[in-house]
Amino acid sequence: MDYSQFLNMAPELSLLAVILILFVADLFMCTDRKSGRGILNTPLPVILLTVHTLLCVAPLIANCQYSVVNGEAFGGMYVSSAMALVVKAVLNVGTIIVFLTAHEWLKQPEMANKQGEYYILTLFTLLGMYFMISAGHFLMFFIGLELASVPMTALIAYSKRSQESAEAAAKYILTALFSSGLMLYGISLIYGTTGTLYFDKVAPMLADGSMVTLAALVLFIGGIGFKISLVPFHLWTADAYQGAPTAVTSYLSVISKGAAAFVLFVVLTKVFAPVIEQANVLFFWIIVFSITLANIFAVRQNNLKRFMAFSAISQAGYLVLGVMGATPQGLTAIVYYLLVYMAANLGVFLIISITEQRSGKILISDYDGYYRTNPKLAFLMTLCLFSLAGIPPFAGFFSKFFMFMAAFKAGFVVLVLIALVNTVISLYYYLLIVKAMYIKPNDNPIAPFKSDGYTRTGLALCIAGVVLIGIISWFYAYIDQFAFGL
Amino acid sequence: MNFLSLFVLIPLLMLLGLWLAKGVKAVRGVMVVGSSLLLVLAVYLTVDFIAQRAGGNTAEMLYQASFTWFEPLNISYRVGVDGISVSMLLLSAVIVFTGTFVSWKLSPNLKDYFLWFTLLSMGVFGFFISIDMFMMFMFYEIALIPMYLLIGVWGTGHKEYSAMKLTLMLMGGSAFLMLGIFGIFYDAGGNTMNILDIANHTGGASPIEFGRQCIWFPLTFVGFGVLGALFPFHTWSPDGHASAPTAVSMLHAGVLMKLGGYGCFRIAIFLLPEAANELNWIFLILTGISVVYGAMSACVQTDLKYINAYSSVSHCGLVLFGILMLTTTSTTGAVLQMLSHGLMTALFFALIGMIYGRTHTRDVTLMKGLMQIMPFLGVCFVLAGLANLGLPGLSGFVAEMSIFVGSFQNADTFHRVLTIMSTCSIVVAAVYILRMVGRMLYGVCTDEHHLHLTDATWEERLAVICLIVCIAGIGCFPSWISNLISDSVAPIIESVKQVGPIVSSCNPFM
Repeated sequence: MDYSQFLNMAPELSLLAVILILFVADLFMCTDRKSGRGILNTPLPVILLTVHTLLCVAPLIANCQYSVVNGEAFGGMYVSSAMALVVKAVLNVGTIIVFLTAHEWLKQPEMANKQGEYYILTLFTLLGMYFMISAGHFLMFFIGLELASVPMTALIAYSKRSQESAEAAAKYILTALFSSGLMLYGISLIYGTTGTLYFDKVAPMLADGSMVTLAALVLFIGGIGFKISLVPFHLWTADAYQGAPTAVTSYLSVISKGAAAFVLFVVLTKVFAPVIEQANVLFFWIIVFSITLANIFAVRQNNLKRFMAFSAISQAGYLVLGVMGATPQGLTAIVYYLLVYMAANLGVFLIISITEQRSGKILISDYDGYYRTNPKLAFLMTLCLFSLAGIPPFAGFFSKFFMFMAAFKAGFVVLVLIALVNTVISLYYYLLIVKAMYIKPNDNPIAPFKSDGYTRTGLALCIAGVVLIGIISWFYAYIDQFAFGL
Repeated sequence: MNFLSLFVLIPLLMLLGLWLAKGVKAVRGVMVVGSSLLLVLAVYLTVDFIAQRAGGNTAEMLYQASFTWFEPLNISYRVGVDGISVSMLLLSAVIVFTGTFVSWKLSPNLKDYFLWFTLLSMGVFGFFISIDMFMMFMFYEIALIPMYLLIGVWGTGHKEYSAMKLTLMLMGGSAFLMLGIFGIFYDAGGNTMNILDIANHTGGASPIEFGRQCIWFPLTFVGFGVLGALFPFHTWSPDGHASAPTAVSMLHAGVLMKLGGYGCFRIAIFLLPEAANELNWIFLILTGISVVYGAMSACVQTDLKYINAYSSVSHCGLVLFGILMLTTTSTTGAVLQMLSHGLMTALFFALIGMIYGRTHTRDVTLMKGLMQIMPFLGVCFVLAGLANLGLPGLSGFVAEMSIFVGSFQNADTFHRVLTIMSTCSIVVAAVYILRMVGRMLYGVCTDEHHLHLTDATWEERLAVICLIVCIAGIGCFPSWISNLISDSVAPIIESVKQVGPIVSSCNPFM
């Protein structure tokens, strides 16, 4: 056996190392119960993860020939590519920001003795996503998917005494199991028709486009649609987002969604290429319903986390727009959109989280008059919301423009039109928050508070992303150069 | 570094300066310095542009510069100006300069107000200098969104409703526009977003099929037309203007609405000439309705801002009307009308704001005899009114005259009947203007609260005089500016006319 193939798995191995270090550190480094401070509270995981991210992207930066990072392990069960590495790096950065978000919440006395678990569980789901992204075989993919789902349930149920948290976790795990079952059934159909589960070997044998193949496609989409929370597999989203601790919600809304969208693209182009026509028809309607229904529901929300849940469903619809036509430009658009969406969405969650910690308020109507008392946070929140709505000069405009461009080029003009009309509706509800913060009067606004250093660092990262990722074209060009290899 | 880019760079630096500024004085200082610099730059640009043209430089766009921005998508940062954009830049600089002085004492949060104000002006300047469709669209949207907060936070009356309505309608327009831009880009080969290349079929751009043009033309025209107050999509305008703070109304009616007319001409007509010839009759009818309906509606309003807003709908309708007539004279008139309407409507809104700030009412029926109490503002108000109804010697006359003369050059019944119908708006304008002026300014003041009011302060006088000088300047010496414009309009109209006669096969009225 050639052990050098393990080198292809460097990101996974180094993440595993991070997890193990945290495991051991959790045993030996006790936390001061009174202040809730300890070395484990944020700095150690953040530093480790940063080092790990740098190690991940090192081969991308060091080598001018990107083919170096293309390789496989275990006879093709694990495939590494430059684009996968980019996506992993993006997810890493997102996770770092989520950890920064979690700091204030984990500082509470009741959380003091279970901080370690939070980081470890989160990183395990991240590891699962790594395997999902790099899978070259359906079983590897499925293991990754499960590893990304199961610890997530524990995270959603993290607030032990909160009934909502438990309810959310129950909903999440039941839906997750059901969709896993669907997906497994789809995979078994593929195995039944082709006799293999390797991505590259399955594709040529599906060329007939029989009913069984189509059934497998539909079941697969059902399974992955749950992870991305596309309509009609979205019903868990709002409740889980609302019930879960805010730091977990922000992780759920970006990281796990992004990984799944990327995998969806990979599997569609690699495995289901022969039936891509039918897949496009399916996705046409999935996207239309995801965007439209989520927008309509988002307008009616008053809980900010529920609101963000519907906003996330609608954004997922835009994200999947890049899948249409399965073009390299679409893939670039997906990864770029993910990066931009991450910056803006995590920025919003940072502010929601710190406000919730300091004032305990989470309703949109609580934010009335926020601008009077906390002008800076209100301003930053506005920037992030504008980016989510796709307003220039913020990055969201660029990512939406390029996403629509890719879909238009692939020939889906009507779909682009529907999506464009929906951007106006989404602008309406994002503006509702801006309106609450800036315009509406309130006798009892959220009191002024100072945010802590970690939140500020996270916000600085997010705002830098929101402002710069669009205007500086390097990001797009950099992602684009890897799109053709896939 | 291209010097046109300064038009974007200066507002950027102003944003930075405002962000760092502490205290009201520093904020005002940054705004005065920045907006004066912009004005000087615009004047210098105009002078230099005229000198270059006189020196025999006949390039379509001057001061061109370009560098690649998003290479995989063929998007570049491209700037360049012709006579039309130069005059628009000059207009914007004047309005931003005067707008700064008009909002001198605004509260609360003057700093944040000027931040959004400057962002808006950055979008406007960027829009007029760009010749890349992506850039144009980006700056267009940058100019739209600050409006929401400017009206929502600092406005009056039904501000929440108006701000939301305005933003959503304009953004809805830009959704169609985006689709149109994609269509033009990919049907022209997908190699370049450069407007000149697409129009001249150079630089890898191929001609767009007629059938496809007929899809993208309505999309782009309506997309920009919403901002230009095209008839069924104009409803955001009266509410928006009425609720906005003074300087924002000025900037919005004065400059932002011009983005619509400019965009219609630069993208919809210039890039899709065959469809423009074929389909212009539909939009001509709509703009004809805008012109007459706007004027009629202004007659029945009693709120000063609503009167001026509906009069803006009528005048901006004339802009689109002139452009769609597709003759050099009428289009030159349309651009002149953009300039003239921009200046006089800004003057009007400024004066209305000043009067409202004193009397605390905008209802015409509640004011009387103000001329005796504030003679300076009263005289300026009369002047603004006269410019609005097109008195010779002021800018409105030159513009409207050119539009109607140019429109009448189309020798068929359809166009001539429409022209005659639109000229009715002039008479109606006289009705609402004179009635308003008469009721408000003359007679004897009966409200004793109004007797103790004071006349304009220095910064108000500065802003108002600046605008009046420009209006009278264009009115008395129109030739330099109309030559500047028609030099640039003529080749574009020629190229549009080249592709075919204006006789449209699907027009039932011809």
